[in-house]
Amino acid sequence: MAATGFLLRGHMQNLLDALRAAGYRCVGPQVRDGAIIYDTLSQADDLPWGWRDEQKPGRYRLGRHDSPWGFAWANGPQGLKPLLFASADTLQTARRTDEGALHFESATPHAIATAVLGVRACDLAALRLQDQHFLEGLVPDPHYAARRADLFLIAVHCTHPAATCFCVSTGDGPRAEHGFDLALGETEEGFLGTAGSAAGAGFAKRLPLRAAEPREQDALEARITAAAAAQQRSLPARDLRAALFANLRHPRWEEVATRCLSCGNCTAVCPSCFCHAQSEEPTLDGLSSMSVRRWDSCFTQGHSAIHGIVIRADTRQRYRQWLTHKLGSWHDQYGRSGCVGCGRCITWCPVGIDITEEAAGICGSGHV
Amino acid sequence: MDAKPRLAVHKFSSCDGCQLAFLNQGAELLQLATLVEIVHFAQAGFVAPDATVDMAFVEGSISTPEDEKRIRLVRKNSRYLVAIGACATAGGLQALRNRAPGGAGWIAEIYPQPGHIHALPASTAVSAHVPVDAELWGCPVNGRQVLDAVRGRLFGVTPVVETDKVCLECKRQQGVCVLVAHGAPCMGPVTRTGCGALCPRLHRDCYACYGPAENANTQALGRRLADLGLSPAAIARRFLSINNAATAFRDAGDRWQEEDHGDA
Repeated sequence: MAATGFLLRGHMQNLLDALRAAGYRCVGPQVRDGAIIYDTLSQADDLPWGWRDEQKPGRYRLGRHDSPWGFAWANGPQGLKPLLFASADTLQTARRTDEGALHFESATPHAIATAVLGVRACDLAALRLQDQHFLEGLVPDPHYAARRADLFLIAVHCTHPAATCFCVSTGDGPRAEHGFDLALGETEEGFLGTAGSAAGAGFAKRLPLRAAEPREQDALEARITAAAAAQQRSLPARDLRAALFANLRHPRWEEVATRCLSCGNCTAVCPSCFCHAQSEEPTLDGLSSMSVRRWDSCFTQGHSAIHGIVIRADTRQRYRQWLTHKLGSWHDQYGRSGCVGCGRCITWCPVGIDITEEAAGICGSGHV
Repeated sequence: MDAKPRLAVHKFSSCDGCQLAFLNQGAELLQLATLVEIVHFAQAGFVAPDATVDMAFVEGSISTPEDEKRIRLVRKNSRYLVAIGACATAGGLQALRNRAPGGAGWIAEIYPQPGHIHALPASTAVSAHVPVDAELWGCPVNGRQVLDAVRGRLFGVTPVVETDKVCLECKRQQGVCVLVAHGAPCMGPVTRTGCGALCPRLHRDCYACYGPAENANTQALGRRLADLGLSPAAIARRFLSINNAATAFRDAGDRWQEEDHGDA
């Protein structure tokens, strides 16, 4: 895709101002609590200029580098998921009227038009999966839909993958190929911009872009190619569905259960995981109640509790459920694996369990 | 008009902090008083310890012969009994004395006149003495927990009791994991949520005040704490704290203490 133009690093504030002028709340990466997180961003100075990350299983650290780069890091714990599939959402309220009747009211959120700066290719792939789940089923989810409707996405090609990344093997990165309005590629002087939608092309006209030089395009290509080559982990490229379901009694499930904390951190940081629990939360006077949907995890007891029986009582079963769904039965539901290679489940697992190692251990040669 | 359900809040061996879960509620406390008749709650000024009630909240562990006798009476007088807080659900911090080597000899080292101390050999949970209808864990429990339990009881349903790990709630709040990002010895992965992930959201490690979560893998977390540089004795102390007598934590603490002695 030919670049639309080049944005100097010093002009990033113009981009944020243009987003605001177009009516968007801008969400972008920034350093908070020792990690790069996404939150409301109004000042370009708050971007993580000069920050680098170091990630490995169960470990994440940030450090300063003498560099002008603003996106020289791989993703932190969040993807787009928290912005669209809220971790706690009131779905409806029920109220008892003075006459004793029950009155129900839906609670569709008033979504604010949001622009997200710095979306990585893996998260665009995960967004596609979440769209399939929340919008393209029999009953589209109005809460997700309301937040998704006015979302403007500015991708940034990944040039600095972490040691835990493996998006090349899942086919989801490091280059943002589609699903964005505008994509930026960072180089020594600034950003090559490419429009990915009519809205993105229209927006690009409001930016102080100059023509991109071929050497800048070449430099970016070289960076992205190097980012792909630098990835140390991979999942087998084939569909693992058959191999996983043929190995439901593999001793590795038992073994990983001795290490797994069953804490659900992997599913919470996973940009495609969508499981939730719904509960009624009555007010003390008993006259009204809210139905609240919260992020749940296949690693909790409640997730498989049915009529007083917990189907998956132990960690072996819970880990197996997660992996066989994510890499196996997801193919049946959504036409592809649920893993986009972002590596978050590896980094943010408190004990550093590596999905690529477990999948290889269970599906490796000799067992199918 | 039907009589309002009668409620009691009893105190046993405890610091009184869990009772504040009621007292700190402000307007909701006034609303509570319109929904139930508070017949015994000494800290709030209602004193009728022997009254029969529909719902009793019990704070504190059973630590003295007097506690032991009184909890039976409370059980007899209460249609529905809810144990609240780490003391009532697991014996509390004071259950550390159950582990003291050499029996009760330590009492003489602390008190000038140990003859005045009338204690049972162990500080134990309410459920070790009488049947308990519900347990609300935490040190201390919070207002939401106790008021939800009252509401549930008024509806005639079992209160929803959290069993998941702190991590789940921490991540729902978009917390950055203090263990992964800072190497802090966080107990969140084995600890029951209900606190709102208060400590990790304030950048410090969870110290397990809500007790063990369901299906807590204390072995795996203990090994991780060792990787972070904690000694076996330090790891044992992480488990043997406020909820030291809760089975999962006691067993983990025992194992790491043995490891410690093995090194010595």
